[in-house]
Amino acid sequence: MSAARGLRVAAAIGLLGLLLVPIYWMVVSSLTPEARLFEAPHLVPRTVTFEHYRALFGERQFLVPIRNSFVVAALTTLLAVPVAASCAYAIARFRFRGRGLLLALILSVSMFPQISIVPPLFLVLRALGLLDTYPGLVLPYVTFSTPLAVWLLTGFFRQLPPDLEEAALLDGASRLRALVDVVLPLAAPGVATAAILTFLYCWNEFLFALSFTLGPERQTVPVAVTLFRGRYQVPWGQVLAATAVATIPVALLVAGFQRRIVAGLTSGASKG
Amino acid sequence: MSPRLRSGQEHERWLVPLLVGPALAFILIGSLVPIAATVWEALHGHDLRLPWLGRPFIGLDNFIEAAGDPRFRAALVHTVVFATVTVPLEIGLGLALALVMQTATHGRSAVRVVALLPWAIPTVVAALVVRFMFEGLISPSFDWLVRPLAAWVPIGVADVWKTTPFVAILLLAGLQTIDPALHEAASIDGAGPGRRFLTITMPLLIPTLVVAAAFRILDALRLFDTVYVITAGGPGTATEPLSMYAFIALMQRLRFGYGSALSVTVFLLTFGFALVWVRTLGRSLVGDRV
Repeated sequence: MSAARGLRVAAAIGLLGLLLVPIYWMVVSSLTPEARLFEAPHLVPRTVTFEHYRALFGERQFLVPIRNSFVVAALTTLLAVPVAASCAYAIARFRFRGRGLLLALILSVSMFPQISIVPPLFLVLRALGLLDTYPGLVLPYVTFSTPLAVWLLTGFFRQLPPDLEEAALLDGASRLRALVDVVLPLAAPGVATAAILTFLYCWNEFLFALSFTLGPERQTVPVAVTLFRGRYQVPWGQVLAATAVATIPVALLVAGFQRRIVAGLTSGASKG
Repeated sequence: MSPRLRSGQEHERWLVPLLVGPALAFILIGSLVPIAATVWEALHGHDLRLPWLGRPFIGLDNFIEAAGDPRFRAALVHTVVFATVTVPLEIGLGLALALVMQTATHGRSAVRVVALLPWAIPTVVAALVVRFMFEGLISPSFDWLVRPLAAWVPIGVADVWKTTPFVAILLLAGLQTIDPALHEAASIDGAGPGRRFLTITMPLLIPTLVVAAAFRILDALRLFDTVYVITAGGPGTATEPLSMYAFIALMQRLRFGYGSALSVTVFLLTFGFALVWVRTLGRSLVGDRV
């Protein structure tokens, strides 16, 4: 190995290691007794305690926000992805009037700052009695994740060769038949990517969840963690245990689908 | 193979509204109608704590009040300065990380996982962890969060940490579209790595850089989660961005008319930026989808 190459490898490991430091620190600290949290850091914890996790799922009832986050994210994904997929297919395969306009609309909506629609949504949800309910969160989440999923899936459908569906159409299959039997199986990776990104969006979303929930019953994980309060100060041990728990599903999705997530992210940015 | 089939046949046109309709309905009901409603609300005096005052139409009074509101002007400056400082940092560091990731011959999937993790975790989780590190470990004797300027440091660190890997992933995809033959040819002609980076890599990477910067700037202009968690806008209002002030006007003071006007300014800021960016830097955002 040449010196230059050795240097590059060292730089790579150093830079990537730096990215992991906060996550490593979060996990180590969540296993450290409260009294020793702010002592000089040790790479390997001296005393390991599961006290914070016990308190998290005991007194804090952290399973409630976890359940809320899962329900909202799953419902949103189930609603948004099929709707986005059919729209994206039409954009990719049909020439119709207003197609460019539709894409421009979808792109602009995906750039909306969330705060800009909080006031009317709050008033409408309040009038309908939907504050602090699952539908009250799923509704804004669906509308915010659909444009992103359409954008991603349009790029994906474009890349699928049309030959197979054309063959099916020439064989006399209807367009819907071709869509279900031929296109969907081919599109499964793209649809899975859209589903993962939608799920992650919901799992991480904060502003809507903060604005449209009123109490611990329907709070999602990000809101619950942020609003943790001790009697005198931030209960850091429990907060860090909660953030570590919130990271687990994310880490599993990232580890399992890293290739697809990267493909999905970059299809929105680079051509093709 | 019939070219007519490729774009859908005439008799299949009826399918288009069926396929597009639901998504369009979601976007109309969930985004366009609410945006119009926010603008409309911003033209009214509406205070949820004073319901007996009703909801009178007051024209642009809320915007005029905002223009003379020092807290609004400070929040606007905070937002713009934050974007101006963090985005170039993220683009620069992201480019360095992308170049490093590109040279990885082993463990590419491990590298991808490491780069994706900070991007994928909830913003409030990243912010909480960074706040914890600043409160205890980085310098226990210096209280970052009570100093107006120093309080921006943990906010910036959390933002840069979380988003640099995202930028790197976008830029890496751009780097991988550059034909290695170009580098080989330049190398044979005697161009060193620095020269090749400036004359081959950078010019070909510009479209990707434009897109990555656009994503980051739009995101920075709606900064909320990180600040809410780390400083809650404090000390005082020293680290308060626009989204945060709008949120406080709406959800804590329940001044819906004025809060809506502040929300509209966030919208105008991001939308104005996006328009200028697309106009001046071309259509690379839209790619080949249209």
